[in-house]
Amino acid sequence: MTAITDIPDAPRAARRPQIGNPVLRWLRTNLFSSIPNGILSVALLAVLSKGIFSFVQWGVANAVWLTPANNSSACKAVRGVGACWAIIPEKYRFILFGTYPFDEQWRPALSVVLFIALFYLSTRRAFWRRELVYLWIGTLALISVLMWGGVLGLSFVSQDRWGGLPVTLILATFGLACGFPLGILVALGRRSKLPAVRSLSVLYVELIRGVPLVSLLFMASVMFPLFMPSGFNIDKLLRAQIAIILFAGAYLAEIIRGGLQAVPSGQYEAADALGLSYWRKHRLIVLPQAIRHVIPPLVNTFIAFFKDTSLVLIIGIFDLLTTAKTAIIDPAWQQFSVEVYIFVAAIYFVFCFAMSRYSRSLEATSGR
Amino acid sequence: MTADHPRPPPRRRFPAFGRNELTGLFWQVLVVGIVVGVVAFLWSNTVTNLSARRITTGFAFLGREAGMPISDSLLAYNPRDSYLWAFIVGIANTLRVAVIGIVLATILGTLIGISRLSANWLLSRLAAVYVEALRDIPLLLQLLFWYVLMQALPAARAAFRPVEGVFLSNRGLILPAIPLGPPQLWVLGTAVLGLTAFVLIRRWLIAQQMRDGKPRPAWPFAVGLVLALPAAMSVALGVSWTIEWPALRGFNFVGGLTLAPEYFALLIALVTYTSAFIAEIVRSGIQSVPRGQWDAANALGLRRSLMLRQIILPQALRVIVPPMTSQYLNLTKNSSLAVAIGYQDVVSIANTTLNQTGQAIEAIALIMAVFLTISLGISFFMNWYNSRIALVER
Repeated sequence: MTAITDIPDAPRAARRPQIGNPVLRWLRTNLFSSIPNGILSVALLAVLSKGIFSFVQWGVANAVWLTPANNSSACKAVRGVGACWAIIPEKYRFILFGTYPFDEQWRPALSVVLFIALFYLSTRRAFWRRELVYLWIGTLALISVLMWGGVLGLSFVSQDRWGGLPVTLILATFGLACGFPLGILVALGRRSKLPAVRSLSVLYVELIRGVPLVSLLFMASVMFPLFMPSGFNIDKLLRAQIAIILFAGAYLAEIIRGGLQAVPSGQYEAADALGLSYWRKHRLIVLPQAIRHVIPPLVNTFIAFFKDTSLVLIIGIFDLLTTAKTAIIDPAWQQFSVEVYIFVAAIYFVFCFAMSRYSRSLEATSGR
Repeated sequence: MTADHPRPPPRRRFPAFGRNELTGLFWQVLVVGIVVGVVAFLWSNTVTNLSARRITTGFAFLGREAGMPISDSLLAYNPRDSYLWAFIVGIANTLRVAVIGIVLATILGTLIGISRLSANWLLSRLAAVYVEALRDIPLLLQLLFWYVLMQALPAARAAFRPVEGVFLSNRGLILPAIPLGPPQLWVLGTAVLGLTAFVLIRRWLIAQQMRDGKPRPAWPFAVGLVLALPAAMSVALGVSWTIEWPALRGFNFVGGLTLAPEYFALLIALVTYTSAFIAEIVRSGIQSVPRGQWDAANALGLRRSLMLRQIILPQALRVIVPPMTSQYLNLTKNSSLAVAIGYQDVVSIANTTLNQTGQAIEAIALIMAVFLTISLGISFFMNWYNSRIALVER
């Protein structure tokens, strides 16, 4: 509780006369403003430097960076005292692209680049217009062509050979792209005056949000074949994708509903006064305002989906985390799972951190 | 979003009579028709498929012998028990990780949230790095990481002993414990009853004070009901409260409380991950209290503790409690990731049941029922708490 009491003091400390060496002054305000604070700073510095020192010793000084192909003896020699980063150059193609045919791996690589370009363009305010929808549809179609092939001289690659980062990006992006229209419909349904439509929407949202994603994925992998006529079978990846879309739809619906509630009722009344029909009223007046309101939470939800796609590991789909886990089954490299997990964690972190930075900058500039 | 301007469409005028009602009815019939059609289609497929596979639907399988081993459970279990009992053991395991996880995550998250606001630059930076790093890495990856670390710990003979009586090895975390039998539980139950009675008496005393302004001390009741009564009962029944210290015998530990590596890894992963989110909620809650409130409390000459308890915390809690509810729900739902490392929670047991019996629909219906019940329970409690602390506008 002592830390809370520091808050009102902070500006007072900053208002002290500005004399002396600026570095010392900074140290004094920020680290040694009082005796308990000074003790805390020294203790933290000690713990931190010890932690950093042992990490550098393990991860840099004693680490093995490269070994001859498929030979982990150098790594085994430093086991326990040094990291074995050599496993990354050894396995990175498998971790990133799974069992996709080796010579064709430029195709998933290009897909990843296209995904990143699509995300980047979608974050630019200048692109926030109707054409963005066509851009999304076009890019996603292009990525499908690249991944599947079978046309334009590209050899066909079936879905069960896809793996790694592209699968993670596909699950998250298609989940958002298809869940978004679904979410809009359900959000409108939940605010509708028609009792049957409203109660069905409530039932859908509450059922999906009430259960863990794991159980939805189990349902997709085990129960989906039961639901379909015999002989009709769709791919495991597509089944997981459907589960993620249904999951995303329920969460997005709640966020969009929040946006709809934030649109002032005068806007609805004005649209009614213009004699617009229900659908034109929402398409032209209400939804554009509602969605602008909720862009930061939408980005946050997308971060959550991106992380949640890793749950497909449980039903055996080869996303980034599953390929990483599979890469370390190899007996020669079995003991170096920590290094692989750190590598994959860094990839996830880069994506999520970039998005959360973006969401924060949006929150800071919203209302302008 | 849209480039074209809204233009009122030229339209023919229908007679106003019942038009809205008719379109409304049309949409409802359409939507309900589609949903009923899809459900009927799926249902008929399912019935055909199940009869083709000779699986009888229904919950009769719950009475059969489960035959699955459950290594780590709170309740007594052996493989000859029924599926129903296996499910109940699974629910107990889910609740064990969820309840303890919620308590620990709240404590850790609050500490980190407060640290982020500290005037100490180093502390607030460290807290920020913690929050950012843990929020941006998938929970499942963190869970696998902790589990790998657990497995890499030394064997029981070379266990780490951070504190006397605490052992950390690849068998998990072993702590000293007080064995709780029926007599001890009776005494603890009395203490809980005493606490409830004290809360009621205190409320009545405050109501009396509101009426005539005379202060009435509540502490004698606290001492009497919560401390003296259970203590007297403990002495009268001759209950022993000796601590049982774990000790290494051969290759394993005897005595004490063992947290299996799966449980411990799951608990650490859930607590650290959720605490990062809770820290952000606590930080924004405290920041939402206007500075004027601090100044006003200072001007009234309130003591620090009184100021925090009576002025700042009640206002911060109003912002904190609603998002906290959804974090608690998330933690509970995320505990189902246990299946990835082999801690047998209810989802993992349902999954095994499903593979053994083929009763997919029933197993998944049970998972849904369990989680919906837990979610509703948490929401109900938190909504009750929220309405208690909500702003009363006069």
